[in-house]
Amino acid sequence: MRNRWSPRAVLGGGALLLALAFVAAAASGAYAISPAQLLRVFGALLTGGDDASPEYLVFANIRLPRLILGIAAGAGLGMAGTLMQGLFRNPLADPGLIGISSGAALAAGVTIVLGAAFLPAVPRTLGSWPLVSMAFAGGFLVTLLIYGLSQSEGGTRMALMLLAGIAINALAGAGLGYLSVVATDEQLRSLQFWLLGSLGGARWSAVALVGAVVFVACAMAMTLAGPLNAIALGESQAALLGVDVERVKRRAVVVTAFAVGAVTATTGIIGFIGLIAPHWVRMAAGPDHRVVLPASGLLGAALVLAADAVARTVVAPAELPLGVLTAAIGVPMFLLMLRHFRSRV
Amino acid sequence: MDAKHEPALDCARLPRRRALGLLAASAGALAWPAAQAQAGKAPRLVTVSGAITEVAYLLGAESQLVGTDTTSLYPAAARSTPKVGYMRQLSAEGLLSLKPDAVIATTEAGPPVVLDLVRSAGVKVELVEADHTWDEVQRKVQAVGRAAGREAQARELQARLDADWAAARKQVAAAGGRKPRVLFVLSHSASPQVSGGRTAANAVIGFAGGVNALSGFDGYRPMTAEAMASAAPDIILTSGQSIEAHGGVEKFWARPELALTPAYRKRALVTLDALLLLGFGPRMPQAVRETHEKFVALLA
Repeated sequence: MRNRWSPRAVLGGGALLLALAFVAAAASGAYAISPAQLLRVFGALLTGGDDASPEYLVFANIRLPRLILGIAAGAGLGMAGTLMQGLFRNPLADPGLIGISSGAALAAGVTIVLGAAFLPAVPRTLGSWPLVSMAFAGGFLVTLLIYGLSQSEGGTRMALMLLAGIAINALAGAGLGYLSVVATDEQLRSLQFWLLGSLGGARWSAVALVGAVVFVACAMAMTLAGPLNAIALGESQAALLGVDVERVKRRAVVVTAFAVGAVTATTGIIGFIGLIAPHWVRMAAGPDHRVVLPASGLLGAALVLAADAVARTVVAPAELPLGVLTAAIGVPMFLLMLRHFRSRV
Repeated sequence: MDAKHEPALDCARLPRRRALGLLAASAGALAWPAAQAQAGKAPRLVTVSGAITEVAYLLGAESQLVGTDTTSLYPAAARSTPKVGYMRQLSAEGLLSLKPDAVIATTEAGPPVVLDLVRSAGVKVELVEADHTWDEVQRKVQAVGRAAGREAQARELQARLDADWAAARKQVAAAGGRKPRVLFVLSHSASPQVSGGRTAANAVIGFAGGVNALSGFDGYRPMTAEAMASAAPDIILTSGQSIEAHGGVEKFWARPELALTPAYRKRALVTLDALLLLGFGPRMPQAVRETHEKFVALLA
């Protein structure tokens, strides 16, 4: 096989990519902010200095929360993709592809459209918590369902899992279609936002929520890295090595559902990050989850930041939906991977 | 305002925690210094709605327009202004990059988060309620006049439009006779939609002396053959864009849903530009007059 990078080189490279993407994304946008102004704004942010220039206000209120949300979303999706792929022992298990994202989106859609009718007082008083917890529940149910459906005697069946994903995606599509018929005009607009994915709704309150959830999820995921390495050898082998396989599975499912649910609840469906980030990392670093998990988080964050920077600038002052861009990178990747794995499907 | 509703969280992970505190402290005092300092200069405007853009041109505020949305297609000059995207998918930074003093839109614009962000950056956001009445047109003129600093011109335009509107209404009322049952079909995309109550089309049909052939539901519904047959419209009203999307009048009439309607037998079709017909802009009296005259001609 090809030469592999050392774990340190992969993690360092990932961190460097993320830093570059952050600087590039911070410097680009519809509102013109020169590098000198950007430095001044950063200085003011870090020292707590007083700055009331328009550049500062735009950066601190609009662009910066968006960048942080991009990092949280990318890291969450990259890690969740790695977890799913480790759990299913299958490199095609992307949270979007197997329906977790659309399950979360459908649950969020139900909350937006029907929640107002049945529990009018709840969403307002609790902020975005009901939405996030419903999205989590949707993602969780779908993950359980897919896992149950794809199990057979010899472990997880790749084809079954992808077919179940197609069915779930179709079901979620039909559900969202129904919701778009009964929704009011205003609700319809929120629904459309969900299907295309966007970081445009970033405000500090939402960013803090997603950031906290993703951070906890990432920390929990890291504790699963060792057991997932054992599971890669086969579930019975892992059990022989003293790994409580069922417990690891449960935790991986909960962590994935939490991370994907929180991200999807805030940004809508951002596809393919969970597929391509771990794939690229594994190409460079090999399959060790202790490296792949954090490096996929870093690379996922860098990818989302870069894609969002393009989404924000390419048709400025208007915007492209983020999901369109991630799909444009992700679909060719997915097809290449299918070609590579076709002998095994 | 969301920040107040949401529970306090452990934000320790956020790299810019300090920025949060700073922002919270200064949130009330956010202002757009550039905008307010230069009181002498004419305010820069972004108009988000075809009708509002038309008003800006009529008030002579075109030099103040720094951006419009994708529904702003008339007059032709509006097409070459910077476009801020579709009115329901605006971008906060995109809007602010045009450094406007005011954004004028209808209540249909969004998403709300983006409008909030723009507002909190000190830009005036004027939302005109879209309720499909003549008042709506007047409110659009007032809103643009106020934001552009052209209130005198706005009052003049309002008076002129009022007279024009009164004349159009009088013409419709004088016609008398039987009120045609009219079905509005919108098919800019693949599946045609028909309009029920509380739609712009419903209001225009009424103003032009017709009756909406569909009742019993609000908003738009997909067109189905049986429902169209039972609605029994005398006239089909549609937008020029819908005919174009079908590839011509012949193809439009070939739609199976229309075959069992009285309108089909006489090929009774009225076509107007979508923005003129449904925009509730300053050309509203013209739209009503044209629609009415075409109704009368078809019934004769």
